[in-house]
Amino acid sequence: MADRIGTTVDSVDHTRPETLEDASPSLAATRSPRVTGGTPSDEHAVILELSDVNAYYGDFHAVDSVSLPIREKEVTAFIGPSGCGKSTVIRSINRMNDLIPTARIEGAITYHGVDLYAPGVDPVEVRRRIGMVFQKPNPFPKSIYDNVAFGPKISKYSGDMDELVERSLTRAALWDEVKDKLSDSAYALSGGQQQRLCIARAIATSPDVLLMDEPASALDPIATLRIEELMYELKQEYTIVIVTHNMQQAARVSDRTAFFSVDVKEGQRTGRLVEFADTATIFTNPQHDETEDYITGRFG
Amino acid sequence: MTTAATRREEATRAAVEKAITHGGPKLGSLAFRLLLLALLVMSFVILAALLADIASSAWPTFAERGPSFVMNGLSLNPATAGVWTGIVGSLIIAFIVAILAFPVGVAAAIYLEEYAPDNRRTRFVDTTVRNLAGVPSIVYGLLGLAIFVPVVRGIGLGGSTGGKNVIAAGITMAALVLPIVIITSAEAIRSVPNSIRDAGYGVGATQWEVISSHVLPSALPGILTGTVLTLARAFGETAPLLVIGVATGFFSPAGDATLLDQLTGPYTALPVVVFSWSRQTQAAFADTLAPAAIVVLLTVLFALNGFAIWLRNRTEGRW
Repeated sequence: MADRIGTTVDSVDHTRPETLEDASPSLAATRSPRVTGGTPSDEHAVILELSDVNAYYGDFHAVDSVSLPIREKEVTAFIGPSGCGKSTVIRSINRMNDLIPTARIEGAITYHGVDLYAPGVDPVEVRRRIGMVFQKPNPFPKSIYDNVAFGPKISKYSGDMDELVERSLTRAALWDEVKDKLSDSAYALSGGQQQRLCIARAIATSPDVLLMDEPASALDPIATLRIEELMYELKQEYTIVIVTHNMQQAARVSDRTAFFSVDVKEGQRTGRLVEFADTATIFTNPQHDETEDYITGRFG
Repeated sequence: MTTAATRREEATRAAVEKAITHGGPKLGSLAFRLLLLALLVMSFVILAALLADIASSAWPTFAERGPSFVMNGLSLNPATAGVWTGIVGSLIIAFIVAILAFPVGVAAAIYLEEYAPDNRRTRFVDTTVRNLAGVPSIVYGLLGLAIFVPVVRGIGLGGSTGGKNVIAAGITMAALVLPIVIITSAEAIRSVPNSIRDAGYGVGATQWEVISSHVLPSALPGILTGTVLTLARAFGETAPLLVIGVATGFFSPAGDATLLDQLTGPYTALPVVVFSWSRQTQAAFADTLAPAAIVVLLTVLFALNGFAIWLRNRTEGRW
C-alpha cells in the first residue's frame, strides 16, 4: 500500500470527501445548512488582500469598501443576495473587470504583497497566475485537447503538452470520460463535463489562485456535486475563491465565508461586505443579524 | 348527488369547448395568407419571365457558336464576337478587389468592434461606413476618375491608357465594396459571444491572442460569406467602370504586348460588354449576343453565390 502512494497522485482514485447523500441538500439542511467546511487555523499565509475596495460602473457605485484577506490553499466563499457585488469583487481580483469599459476599481488588491492595480501591472500576467472559471461553461469552439492546451501554448509552455493535457484533465476529474475523444469538439460534452473542462483549462496554466464565479449554478445536482468534490481536491494545491448563490454549497466546500449584502439608497444598489469569518462561525454563530437572517432564509 | 356533479362537469366541458373552438377558418387571416402568397408568386413570375426571355434570345447564339462564344475575344463581326475579353477583365477586377478590400475591410471591422472605444467618434465612423455602403456606385466612379486614375498614372502604371485601365478599375471597385465588407465583417465579429472572449482572457491571453485564436475563427463563416457576395457585386457593377473609362468599343491587344502592357492597356468587363452590345446598331449584337452575354454573367454570379453558401457551410460545419 505504502509504495503506491507516490504513484496514485495523478490517478482519479480520489477518496471522496462526501457521498451524494451527505452533500445533497436535504430538507433539514435547507433550514439549517450542514457545515462540513472547516474551522481553519491561521497557519495558511495570506495570498490576496483586499483593502478598502470600491467598484464603480460609470457613476454607479457597485461595491462599497470591501476589505478581506484570502489565505492560500483554502476555499473562500462569497455569498449574498443578487446584486450585492460579489461577482464584481471576484472579477476585480484578476482584473477581468478591466474588460468592461466603464468599470473602475478604487482601493488596493494585493497579491503576495504586490498591488494588482499599480501602474505598470500587466493584466495578462495577472490572469495567468489568477485563473478563472465562469458561471456558464464556456469552452472554446475547438477540440477538447485544444481547449486545455490553449493556455499553456500562449504562455510558451515548453514541456510535454500531451502529458500536461492529461494531467490537467485528470485533476479536473474528466480524463477517464474524454481520453478516447480528445479531438472531439468540446461542445459535444454535457454541461457538467464542459464545466470540468473549463476547470482543466484554468489549471493547465498552473495558476496560484482559481476564481470560480458560480461555477455550478448552471449544472444539475450530480454535476454540482462532482464540481464540489473537485474543489475539495484542488484546494490541496490551489487557493480557491468561489462566488455562490447556494448557501449549502458554501457551507460544504468553503473554509471561510464572506457574506455580502446590498444597500438601496437613492435608487442605487450598492453592495458591501457584512461579515467575514470562518465558515463554521458564519453558519452557526454569525455576529450580525443580517447574516443570520440570510442564512436562515428570512431574507434574500 | 352524482347526477348533479356530472351535470356540472358536462356544463364546464361545454363551456370550455365553446371557448377554445372556433367555427372554421378565420376569413381575415386566410385573406392575408393568400395576399402574401400572391405577392411571392408575382415576384417569382417576373423573375422567371425575365430569365426565360433572356434565355430564349440567347439560345440561338449558344446553339450555333457553342463554346467559341465564351472563348472568343471582342469583334466587330457578330459571327465571331465573344465575351472572353470581358470575362478576363472582370476576373482581374474581382481579383484586385479581393486582395484590397478583404484585408482592409476585415482589419477595419476588427478595429471598430474590438479596439475602438465606444464613444461618439466611433459611432460617427460606424454610421459613416453604413452611409457609404448606400452611396450610388456612379459616385465611386467619379471618385475613381478624380483620384485613382491619376494615382495609377502617377505611380507609372498608366500605360497606353493614361491610368484608365483595369488597375484603376479594380481599386475603384474595391473602394465601392469596402463599406459592405466592413459592415458584414463587423456583424460577424459582433455575433461572437462574449463568453468566448472571457474564456480567452481568463487563461491569460492577450487581446490579439483572443482575437486571432478565437474571435476571428468563430466569425470566419460570416466574414467569408459577406466577402464573396461583395465580390459578386463588384463583378456585376457597370456604372463606375463607364465613368473611369472602360473601353466600350472594340480592341485587340497587339500580338507582342507584354503582360504589363495588357494590364495597363484598354480593358473591358463583362457587364460593360452587355451594355455596349445592347446599344449596337447591328441587330445581331443587341438581339442575340447581348442576351447570351447576360447568361454568361448570371452563370458566373450564381456560381459565386453558390461558392459563398458552400464556404459558409464548410467553415460552420467544423464544430
